[in-house]
Amino acid sequence: MSPAVTETAVTIRVDGQEVAVPEGATILDACDAAGVETPTICYGPTLTPVNVCRVCVVELDGSRALVPSCSRPAEEGMVVHTDSERVRHSRKMVIEFLATGVDVSQADELGQWAEHYGADPDRYVPGGETMNEPVRVQDNLYIRDYDKCVLCYRCVEACGDDAQHTYAISVAGRGFGARISTEFDVTLPDSACVYCGNCVAVCPTNALQFKTEYDLRQADDWRPEDQSVTQTVCSYCGVGCNLELHVQDNQIVKCTSPDDHDVTRGNLCIKGRFGWNYV
Amino acid sequence: MPPRPRGPPLADLHFGDDQPTDAELAAIDAIVSPADAATVTETERVVRGGRSRRQGLRHLLLPVLHSLQHEIGWISPGGLNGAAKRLGVPPAEAYGVATFYELLRTTDPGHTNDVVHVCVDPSCALAGNEELRESLEASGAKVHNSPCLGQCERAPALFVQGVGRPDRVPADDDEDFRLPQAGDPGLRVLSRVGVVDSTSLDSYREHGGYQALASAIEMGPDAVISAISDSGLSGRGGAAFPTGIKWRAVADEPGPDKHVVANCDESEPGTFKDRILCEHDPFAVIESMTIAGLATGSPHGWIYIRGEYPRATARLEGAIAQARAAGLLGDDVAGSGQRFDIELRRGAGAYICGEETALFNSIEGFRGEPRNKPPFPTTHGLFNQPTAINNPETLINVLDIVTDGPDAYRSVGTERSPGTRLFCLSGRVGVPGLYEVPFGTPLGELIELAGGPVGSLAAVLLGGAAGVFVGPDSLDMPLTLEDAREAGATLGSGVVTVFDDTVDMEAVVVRIAEFFRDESCGQCVPCRVGTQRQHEVLVELQASGQPLPPQRVELIDDMALAMVDASICGLGHTAASAVRSAIDLGLIGNSS
Repeated sequence: MSPAVTETAVTIRVDGQEVAVPEGATILDACDAAGVETPTICYGPTLTPVNVCRVCVVELDGSRALVPSCSRPAEEGMVVHTDSERVRHSRKMVIEFLATGVDVSQADELGQWAEHYGADPDRYVPGGETMNEPVRVQDNLYIRDYDKCVLCYRCVEACGDDAQHTYAISVAGRGFGARISTEFDVTLPDSACVYCGNCVAVCPTNALQFKTEYDLRQADDWRPEDQSVTQTVCSYCGVGCNLELHVQDNQIVKCTSPDDHDVTRGNLCIKGRFGWNYV
Repeated sequence: MPPRPRGPPLADLHFGDDQPTDAELAAIDAIVSPADAATVTETERVVRGGRSRRQGLRHLLLPVLHSLQHEIGWISPGGLNGAAKRLGVPPAEAYGVATFYELLRTTDPGHTNDVVHVCVDPSCALAGNEELRESLEASGAKVHNSPCLGQCERAPALFVQGVGRPDRVPADDDEDFRLPQAGDPGLRVLSRVGVVDSTSLDSYREHGGYQALASAIEMGPDAVISAISDSGLSGRGGAAFPTGIKWRAVADEPGPDKHVVANCDESEPGTFKDRILCEHDPFAVIESMTIAGLATGSPHGWIYIRGEYPRATARLEGAIAQARAAGLLGDDVAGSGQRFDIELRRGAGAYICGEETALFNSIEGFRGEPRNKPPFPTTHGLFNQPTAINNPETLINVLDIVTDGPDAYRSVGTERSPGTRLFCLSGRVGVPGLYEVPFGTPLGELIELAGGPVGSLAAVLLGGAAGVFVGPDSLDMPLTLEDAREAGATLGSGVVTVFDDTVDMEAVVVRIAEFFRDESCGQCVPCRVGTQRQHEVLVELQASGQPLPPQRVELIDDMALAMVDASICGLGHTAASAVRSAIDLGLIGNSS
């Protein structure tokens, strides 16, 4: 989401290149403007930055530690380095760390960055702790596979303040034992969940999946390369949410909404997200 | 009670079927009566607004959870629902908060016995905590391993978490408290400790109490802050930030909604000074906070104290009540025409809540996760309002500065580290305890003051788990901020833990790594995973009995650098420092 356009601009230097961005823009916005690609995990264009994954860190002149580019506002005269030894090291380590405890096999972007930075998750002590959570299949709409969870907080934000204001889930526990959870891990049908699926939409690792996708993957029949996406407008009410229907073998397999759409900002309700069985 | 931001609570919260029992309702009522419950009227619908709209009663969440834990022995689904409903907090978020703290249980323990917490950190391990635990278990007690309980000078430490009975520390009952340096005319911060009756305002006044507040009111805020700045006073909690700059920044912020917070949540293994100050000179904490409130124009004072400190909590509560009754807190502080009052909050077992922004989140009723900085507390602190947060040792220093002036204050210590410093000595040392020496005193002299090392000195842990080990060749090091920094060490919160050559240092370092793994809040990846993997490497080393292979040293260094560079807060930044220094000193990793 690009920041609100204002009269004032700030100029910062990214890897030697001067970039002007509107006041209120972040360093990440400036990197984007400079054409510098930045890995992100917990950052989502429709969400308030929580800066917890630390993979987007950059070196800022005058700052002792690295700073998260996703949340740090750009200030006039900042000098930022995105490819220094320290930046490459921390980014590599974050990716390595995640890969040692979490199944990141379906986090495609992360895999590309792992290669880019030369992450080697195999150099750790064998048999180390992992997420070690069973897949939670509690209804026919979506599943939660916390073995794939990197605790990016995106689902929590989408369920709470940033979109749905339902607050069905939170981070529970502490440290390496922290998990996304309902109260006392009650099942989703018993929780406050309203099945908007906005958490599924923002999950970067496929820990949250449409049940349809999960079933196809279990049957080894999930074929993104054979899928087409049809744009349409939801027919349930008059709001006019845009839908992207993902179709495989002439069947709808999941439904998303574009992040940059004025009305939805990627969000839908239960009807738009899951109510397509009649098609 | 300070006025609170009271936005409408959330509409449309969903609660499960579990209902609180009568006993649970009573525990909730004790903190928030049904008449004060969060209510939602028909027309209130929160559309956007997030946190600020949810403050309402939420800052009472931790006190309510404490009450449930204390009365029932755990936080049951019904109890949690009752609490969440009363406060207008989503139950999932209340559960996230409850599961964050060591002293709160969210599984049924199956009994209502008291739980005996036994410290497993270094000083207590040296003092026979293992034997103590075994004998407790043999006697049928419900025993729980605990990180440092802040009683290292009388190790091994116990804390009894009561169910339906008050929490207590057995060592308090039969303690005849005496400061090792009692009667030393050089004492400043500790001058009243063990001398004054800490339950009596009159006694405090007889020992010079509340003269500083009178002087401060006469001087006015600007002159007070200038005196603090000129004194060179720096924070004693570990970060050593100049106090005058902090206070000036808060004073310069507009508006009346500003806060002064006393951070009494010391949990650094080896630290017990906040406990002793709050137990034996609580009025000094209250008076100095009041000066801070008046100087910075902040009407709201908060004390956040470790949940494991029942006696310090009781004495502070007593001191607050007496000060309020005497007009030294309240709407018109000592006739100044200014308002300042203090609320006390108990932590619930989380080292991370000593980090200032985690502490704010904890008071606000959120998980004790640190916030990214900037913005800093001076502009965005408690409830996102300007906040001056200080350690009690820092605060008590203010009294002498205001009374005697900055020049007198600077008459001891060094140019860049003026004044005195408290040090918590424990481990293999003759007379463990709290000591006050001028900045610049050499480390060896401090240890001699505490009766000298017991046995053959092998290493000293400076600054606690977040600090570094130094060897016997560092005994000449003057204890100043600048000398410590130059030596790559830190004074931190004043921890000096002494080890002799009979101590299994590998076990000590593994425990330090385990401490960070247990205490990481889990928010950021470098710390959440880094502390876990660091511990695994050290456990592997311990099991192998072999020297540390080069690729393992490289891995430790790689993890350390990422934690230092990319973690959100100081916990991650320091989680590898003691481990790294132990390798450098050859204390671990070179067994043949």
